[in-house]
Amino acid sequence: MKAVGQLRESMRKDRQWSFMYSLLDVELDLSQGVILYLEGVSVSFDGFKAIDNLSFYVNAGELRCVIGPNGAGKTTMMDIITGKTRPDTGSAYFGRTIDLLRLSEPEIAALGIGRKFQKPTVFEHHSVFENLELAMAGDKRVFPTLFARLTGEQRDRIHEVLGIIGLQGQTQRAAGALSHGQKQWLEIGMLLMQDPHLLLVDEPVAGMTHQEMDRTAELLLSLEGRHSVVVVEHDMDFVRSIAKRVTVLHQGSVLAEGSMDEVQNDPRVVEVYLGE
Amino acid sequence: MGLVRVTRDDKGGQAMLAILMIVAVVVPLLNLAVPASSPWHVSTYTVTLLGKYLTYALLAVAVDLVWGYLGILSLGHAAFFGLGGYAMGMYLMRQIGDRGVYGHPVLPDFMVFLNWQELPWFWHGFDLFWFAALMAILVPGALAFVFGYLAFRSRVTGVYLSIMTQALTYALMLAFFRNEMGFGGNNGLTDFKDMLGFDLTSDATRVGLFLASALALALGYLACRFIVTSRLGRVAVAIRDAEARTRFLGYRVDRVKLALFTFSAMLAGVAGALYVPQVGIINPGELSPLNSIELVIWVAVGGRATLYGAVIGAILVNYGKTYFTGAFPEAWLFALGALFVVVTLFLPRGIAGVVGMLRTWRRPRSSNGSQPEARG
Repeated sequence: MKAVGQLRESMRKDRQWSFMYSLLDVELDLSQGVILYLEGVSVSFDGFKAIDNLSFYVNAGELRCVIGPNGAGKTTMMDIITGKTRPDTGSAYFGRTIDLLRLSEPEIAALGIGRKFQKPTVFEHHSVFENLELAMAGDKRVFPTLFARLTGEQRDRIHEVLGIIGLQGQTQRAAGALSHGQKQWLEIGMLLMQDPHLLLVDEPVAGMTHQEMDRTAELLLSLEGRHSVVVVEHDMDFVRSIAKRVTVLHQGSVLAEGSMDEVQNDPRVVEVYLGE
Repeated sequence: MGLVRVTRDDKGGQAMLAILMIVAVVVPLLNLAVPASSPWHVSTYTVTLLGKYLTYALLAVAVDLVWGYLGILSLGHAAFFGLGGYAMGMYLMRQIGDRGVYGHPVLPDFMVFLNWQELPWFWHGFDLFWFAALMAILVPGALAFVFGYLAFRSRVTGVYLSIMTQALTYALMLAFFRNEMGFGGNNGLTDFKDMLGFDLTSDATRVGLFLASALALALGYLACRFIVTSRLGRVAVAIRDAEARTRFLGYRVDRVKLALFTFSAMLAGVAGALYVPQVGIINPGELSPLNSIELVIWVAVGGRATLYGAVIGAILVNYGKTYFTGAFPEAWLFALGALFVVVTLFLPRGIAGVVGMLRTWRRPRSSNGSQPEARG
C-alpha cells in the first residue's frame, strides 16, 4: 500500500521529476502569496499524537502569532518546519515548490527559514559582532570559511542589523555578558543575518521586563512586510500588541484562526483556556 | 597581511616565538662554537633533549587545536604521533643498508631474524626521504580522516569520543606489538645510522634536527593561529560552546571537525617524525594509552585554547619529568598526578591563565571583554 502511495506521489503532475534537479537550486515560488504550507500533518511520539492532521498556512510578509496551551504542539510544529522532526503523514512546502520534508536541517536553514529557540543560545565567548558574523548568510563550507574575509558590504549589513536590534553600543562585548533581553535580540539579529524569508520565533519575551517586551514588539513589527514571521508566545498582552492574525493550536491541530478579538471571543478557545 | 592577523592580539604567542627564536640561535652556537671545557658550553645531550621537548610542544599544539578550540578531547593523539614516528623510523631503517648486524643489503635486521625472504610491500618506497616524509604526514592524516569521518558523521561526542580515541591508540599499540605486522614488534625500530647522508650521532646533525624541530614548531604554531583567527576558528569555538546551534546556522559541523581533526593528526605526525631521529628509537610503547593521557595533561597545565600555553605546558611538564625521573624516580608519577589535581582545582585555565590573571589585576578594569572560561 505504501509503495502505491509513494508512486502516486511521485507521479503527481505538479511535482514530477523534482528529484532530477538539486532541491537547493529551486527558486522560492511565492506566486500564490503563501510562503508556508503545512497540510494534513500528523506526528506521534510513542503513541501520543503531538500533531494531529494539522493544516497551517502563512502568507508572504505576514506576522503571525501562534498561541495554545502547553502540549498543543507549537514547538513540534516548528520542529517539522525546520526539519528536526519528520512527520508521519502530511506535507510541508516552502513556497509552492520546495518540499521541506526532503531536506536536511542545514539545507532548510540555507534556503531561508530561520528559527529562534525558546532558550536564547548565543555564542557566549564570542563578541556580539562575531555572533552576527557567524550567522551571516554565505558560503559555509570548510575552506571558504577558513579564507573568508569580511567585505565592506557585509560589514555594513552587520551594522545595519546591530541598529535594528539596538545593540550598536555593545559590538565588542562578549555575548555571555549581555542581559537576558539583549541576548534575545542578538539572537533575532543572528536570524536576520541569514536573510531569512521566514522567521520562526519561539517565545521571544519569556522572562523579559515590560520595557524589554515593548522594545521586542517594536522590533518584530519592524520586520513585518520584509520577512514573514511566525511568533509562538504565551504572553497574551504581548500577542495582542503585535498580532493581526492569530492561530490557536489545541491538541495538535488548529482550533481557531483570525484577529485577536475574534479568537478571544470564540467559545471553543475560551473553553480550552479557561476550562469548562 | 596574513601574518599580521595571525600574531596580533597574541602577546603570549609573540613572546613564545621570540624565545623560541633566541633559543634556536643561542643553543646551537653554545654547542658548536663554545669549547666543551667552557661553562657556557651546551652539551649535545641537552640539545637533543631540547629538540625532543620541541617535538612534544608541537604535539601539544596539535592537541590544543582540537581540544581547546573545538572541544574534542582526543585521548589518542599519541597514535598519530607514533605513526609519524614509524614512517620516519622505516626510512632510517632502510638507510642502515648492509651495515646491520646480519649485513643483509635490503632487509632490516629484525626481518632477517624472523627469516623473512623479501621486503613486505608496505616497506617499499621508504628508502626515499621524501616518500617517508610524505607518509609521516599522510598516514596519520588518513587514519584521522577515516576515524573522524565515521565518528563525527554519527555525531559521537564528549566522553564517548574520548573513549573511542583511547581504544584506537590501544588497538594500534597491540597491533604494532605483533612481530607479524612487520614493524619490529616489541623492539620497534632502532639502531639508526644516518639520515640524508648525515651521521645521526654527530653534533652537527643533532643541532640540525633541533633547528628543524624549532622551525616545525614555529610553522605549526602559526598555521594553528591562522586557523583559530580565521572565521573557521570562530566556527570551531562556536561548535565547542553550542554545537547544535552552530549546525542550525548552516555550518556542516561534522566537516569542520573532520578537517581540523585531520589537520591536527598531520601535525602530530610531523612531530613524531622529528622525534624519532632525535631519540633514536620508536617502539609500540609510544602508542600506549598512557602517553595520550599525559599529553592532555601537558595542555591542561599550560592552559587550554591559547596554543602557546600548550607549548609552555609540554616543555615544563617534560622538563619536570626529566628532572624527577633522574632525581626521585619513584616520585614522578605522584608529582604528575598532584600537578594535574592542582591545575584542575586551582588553575582551570592553566599557566597561561595565571599570566592573564596577573595582567588583569595590574590593570584597572576598563574593558568588559570577559575571558573565555575553561570548560571541563
